[in-house]
Amino acid sequence: MRWFVALVLAVAAPAIAQDTMPPAPYAYQQLANPQLEAKAEGLMGTLRCLTCQGQSIADSDASMAGDMRSEIRQRIAAGESPEHIRQWLIGRYGEYISYKPQVTRTTWPLFVVPVLLLLLAVLIAARRLRRRA
Amino acid sequence: MIAEFGLAALWLAAALAALQLIAAVLGQRKGGETLALLVRPAAVAQALLCGLAFLMLLWVFARTDLSVLLVAENSNAQSPLIFKIAGAWGNHEGSMLLWVTIMAAAGGLIALIERRLPERTMSATLGAQAFVTFGFYTFILFASNPFNRLASAPQGGGLNPLLQDPGLAFHPPTLYCGYVGLSIAFSFAVGALLTRQVTPEFARVMRPWILGAWIFLTIGITAGSYWSYYELGWGGWWFWDPVENASLMPWLAATALFHSVSVLASRDALRTWTIMLGVVAFSMSMIGTFLVRSGILTSVHAFAVDPTRGMFILVLLAINIGGALALFAVRAGTIAEGERFSALSREGALVINNVTLSAVLGIVLLGTLYPLVTEAFGVRVSVGPPYFNPVSAIFVFPMLVVLAVGPLLRWRGDRLARIKTPAIAVAAVGLAALLALWLIAGIAFLELLGLTLAAVVAVAAFLPLRGRSLKRLPLPVWGMCVAHFGIAVALFGMSVDSAFTVETLTAASVGQTIDVGPWKVRLDAVEPVAGPNWTALSGRLSASYHGGAEHELTPMSRTFWAPPQTTSESALLTRWNGQLYTVIGEGTPDGRWQLRLWWKPFVTCIWLGGFLIALGGFLALVGRVSVDVRRRVATRKIAARRAEMAAV
Repeated sequence: MRWFVALVLAVAAPAIAQDTMPPAPYAYQQLANPQLEAKAEGLMGTLRCLTCQGQSIADSDASMAGDMRSEIRQRIAAGESPEHIRQWLIGRYGEYISYKPQVTRTTWPLFVVPVLLLLLAVLIAARRLRRRA
Repeated sequence: MIAEFGLAALWLAAALAALQLIAAVLGQRKGGETLALLVRPAAVAQALLCGLAFLMLLWVFARTDLSVLLVAENSNAQSPLIFKIAGAWGNHEGSMLLWVTIMAAAGGLIALIERRLPERTMSATLGAQAFVTFGFYTFILFASNPFNRLASAPQGGGLNPLLQDPGLAFHPPTLYCGYVGLSIAFSFAVGALLTRQVTPEFARVMRPWILGAWIFLTIGITAGSYWSYYELGWGGWWFWDPVENASLMPWLAATALFHSVSVLASRDALRTWTIMLGVVAFSMSMIGTFLVRSGILTSVHAFAVDPTRGMFILVLLAINIGGALALFAVRAGTIAEGERFSALSREGALVINNVTLSAVLGIVLLGTLYPLVTEAFGVRVSVGPPYFNPVSAIFVFPMLVVLAVGPLLRWRGDRLARIKTPAIAVAAVGLAALLALWLIAGIAFLELLGLTLAAVVAVAAFLPLRGRSLKRLPLPVWGMCVAHFGIAVALFGMSVDSAFTVETLTAASVGQTIDVGPWKVRLDAVEPVAGPNWTALSGRLSASYHGGAEHELTPMSRTFWAPPQTTSESALLTRWNGQLYTVIGEGTPDGRWQLRLWWKPFVTCIWLGGFLIALGGFLALVGRVSVDVRRRVATRKIAARRAEMAAV
């Protein structure tokens, strides 16, 4: 029975959260410890708000972003590392949530191309500049 | 009636673009000179007709003629007049008409006033312009007609509340002037390739157009950034959002282009580079338009979702860019290499400018398009600030070092010994700044480097004035100094904002005082307010800086009813050394109010720097154009004198 109630709540929660539920405790409230808060903010600025359009959860009024901010602040306060939380969120929501792409089988060109560009830039500059007057 | 009139004018303008294209093509053949005479008048008439069509659109919006579908969907009789008019381009169809109107106007303008190039090159250029414009006319007439009528007239939908802001009303026209102004550079590049006339004269003709477009882009981007800063209510000023990137990419290309065109104009070097960048710059404008207008992105700015249109623009894009690049590939080999120069020379520094800006452009393009590519294969990834900031810094920071010494170098070749003193001075400033910052403030690596380079560039920007008579200094040199100084100012603002911003988020009860950095902010009251098409809760805050005089701020949380949406209206207090940024959110169940307060030291420098950069461009433009005008007057006088002599 208990798991059933939990399930119903879990399914219904987003709908309820829209209007009636107050925002999660740390959605609009900072952590008391400035170092932990800075850690949390650093992380929040690099996570996508999934219900918004092109905003991070650190700059969004959406309720889901608020819930995520609260979750992150609580986890940081509990001593989790930002990267650990990021991995946990990626596990839940997919890579799309993180603005910081990781090197994976799909994203490696994002990191290889700049290196190639750097080489190309050096090459072009060197070739152009070697032709002496 | 007005709408039909506008549509008719648009069809006629399209027909004239076709005529202009045909006349230009046939005019290139031997014996086609008479036909080529048609090109200029056609371009001017086309510009006038297209302008007329756009005026008609403004008219139906100003009158809120709800029988026009576009007005019914995007305007509302209750909106203030300025937003009614801005509604004309605050939507897909209207903005595309604005785009093509500016393009036609630019084409008409060069047809009217530009007489320095060989007539054959000029008519090839206008032909290229007609080709591109014609493509956009067909797009508007067949896939995006702004004058469509509606069977029954309903209540209007209204402009997106986020866009109901006077600053934003003029944001799209400014940016479009920049985007589309680059089409002139594109057409000149194509015209020069077609007639094999890549000369310094060609560069001098093209330069003011590039500068003009670039100034508009700079202002547009700067203003857009400030808009998102105060309107979105979270104090962020750049999000690396695809739509922002869409405006940044043409800017990067245009910046590289006008540096390289200057080399071509003064030294007859970098010929192929300049042509290539001319093609790339407008291609970036078109790619940006495609990204924004096709609805392929979902972001704050995207209003249009219609795949058929997306395909249409994509095809136009492929034809224009592909065609120009193919032409470049065929002809680039035939362009003789320009003048040579040694590595240590003004040209050498500008090559580094070109190469690094192009690399940054490549990275922004990659980071913007890559998520779309992976999405097509079913994997969604995000690329944001943690990627763009460091990766572009790899290229931008070395470029800024070159920027510091490049303007000191002579053309053709120079010796290191000659610039030893200023170079050492600049390096000393950099080291001192680095050391001081490192000891005083524990800030992150990128901000540390940013602040150091800001100091270096700020000092170096004015070094070219050393030992020169300030009175006789040409305006473009002043322009360069001001623009380079603007870069330092903007970089300073960005670094300080990111390193020293203080944030306080809290739920406050009325009467409570909150600390944010050096400020004490008291919530005095929360009151309801009503506007023309919204209602709001307005907070009344008193803020005092270091216990000084109290200033009142009234941030609001507005609820619009057409379309229904809630926005946070931030209230800002500007001091010389920064801004206090306040936002009021929702009430909490226990009767308190969510307040978001930021103290952002020197944040205004970001946009001040942006406007200084644009001002520098403006000074250069005025300098160049006034020289051109003087030269033109002189040649006319000489010709008149000669005619007189011949008559005698």
